[in-house]
Amino acid sequence: MVLILKQRIREYGKGIAIIVLLLVVWQGAALIIQNNYILPKLGEIFTVLLHPASPVLGGQTLIENTYVSLKEVLTGFFCAAAIAIPFGLLIGWSSEVRAYLNPVIQILRPVPPIAWMPFAIAWFGIGINSVLFIIVMGAFFPILINTVDGVNGVRRRWIEVAEMLHATAFEQVRTVVVPGALPVIWTGLRVSFGVAWMCVVAAEMLPGTTAGLGFLIMYAYNLGQLQVIGAGMIIIGLIGLCADTLFRAGQVRFFSWQGKE
Amino acid sequence: MMDPILSLDKITKTFYDDEEICPALAGISFDVCANEILCIMGPSGCGKSTLLRIIEGLELADTGTIHEAPGNKAGSPSAAMVFQDHALFPWLSVYENIVYGLRLAAQKIPADEVKERAEALLTLTHLDSFVHSFPHQLSGGMKQRVAVARALAVKPHILLMDEPFSALDTFTRMELEDEVLRIRLAMKTTILLVTHNPEEAVYLADRIVILSERPSVVSEILTVNLPHPRDPAGPDFIQIRELVTRKVRGKPDPILR
Repeated sequence: MVLILKQRIREYGKGIAIIVLLLVVWQGAALIIQNNYILPKLGEIFTVLLHPASPVLGGQTLIENTYVSLKEVLTGFFCAAAIAIPFGLLIGWSSEVRAYLNPVIQILRPVPPIAWMPFAIAWFGIGINSVLFIIVMGAFFPILINTVDGVNGVRRRWIEVAEMLHATAFEQVRTVVVPGALPVIWTGLRVSFGVAWMCVVAAEMLPGTTAGLGFLIMYAYNLGQLQVIGAGMIIIGLIGLCADTLFRAGQVRFFSWQGKE
Repeated sequence: MMDPILSLDKITKTFYDDEEICPALAGISFDVCANEILCIMGPSGCGKSTLLRIIEGLELADTGTIHEAPGNKAGSPSAAMVFQDHALFPWLSVYENIVYGLRLAAQKIPADEVKERAEALLTLTHLDSFVHSFPHQLSGGMKQRVAVARALAVKPHILLMDEPFSALDTFTRMELEDEVLRIRLAMKTTILLVTHNPEEAVYLADRIVILSERPSVVSEILTVNLPHPRDPAGPDFIQIRELVTRKVRGKPDPILR
């Protein structure tokens, strides 16, 4: 028990030390500057964080705003996955389909999701649908590209085994291609969740939204309440960290065979 | 000689590689008899694996026919293959790998028979205590046992083995060769085995088909008339092994050193 604890401290200690150092530097600078419109003190940021259920700046609570953002991210993320994974399987499986779709994908992929905002508003109006569209645009490509890569990485020999045992084309996809590509698809999901999270905050900052962490940050900025912005950023960072940790744990739990076949 | 269950008739195959024409098989004909172990030997690159893949149906011959005796086991596939690199599905447990073929629509096998067959094979291949293990937790020899069990599970007329033990250490290989003999007795399987190793061929085979260099033809079919268990140190064994070695190398006389 003590041993495990020591190991953990050694593992995370260095990272935590740097975080503590940054906080000390921040607080030191804030005490010297003494100007809440430039650098809010840590105490004020934590005051906001420690009252997650009370209304912030006369609006919704931290919890409510976080919930709105999370719901948007998850909805957009699952929509993106539901479209990108089947397309990725198709493109990876059939060189014909790839020949048709690859150029358009390569052209659309580098476009920053937020650049779609004017179109999103024109097509879906101001509000949640536009935000969702932006998230889907951002989350789509990492999943798609990784699914294609995953399918291409499935060993030819595994498919031959399925063929030899008279698996139908559909069975080959279901029992060999999908599970064989899954670790790489999972990496795509992990990357894309991070992108989706960035997209939601950016999209909520745009006019027309009324809730969410991005909205809160923009609203607080307009009122000059920098301690709220700091609190919002910390929550965004922590949720991103949690999601990434969960994805990593899933990788270890389900795909421990990867690289050892 | 028993009736053939599989007859190859003038099988040819040419590969086209960057405009270059590589004739691999130039008319291969031989029969495979029921319940025999037939080893295929030949110099490197003579197309042994290609021949096995054609029999399996993973590749098509350019010309020539493969004639199969009317199967007595209706519904089971004619051949199942064990690859050199075991080719297990790393995301499935040992048990799931073995029953993989049985769960496909092509087999239509009821669940209780799937379980029955799997348990029999686990016992036969000494994998009982590894049922829930995953391939990456197994040694090379164990992995190859699983691959053999997976192929046998669908009750093929012929078990095809493409250099199945060449990646294993000597002792594991010897152990698995004995397994092959046991499996043949227990399951009445016909086995077609490609090998580089003359000792393995003479230890296992009833007959040895020797292919020439590519474009290859059958240069000779040797019958090994030694009783089992065979003693690799016995004078008859050594004599046949040396004969096979010379034939594969295409040298009529022993080399003087």
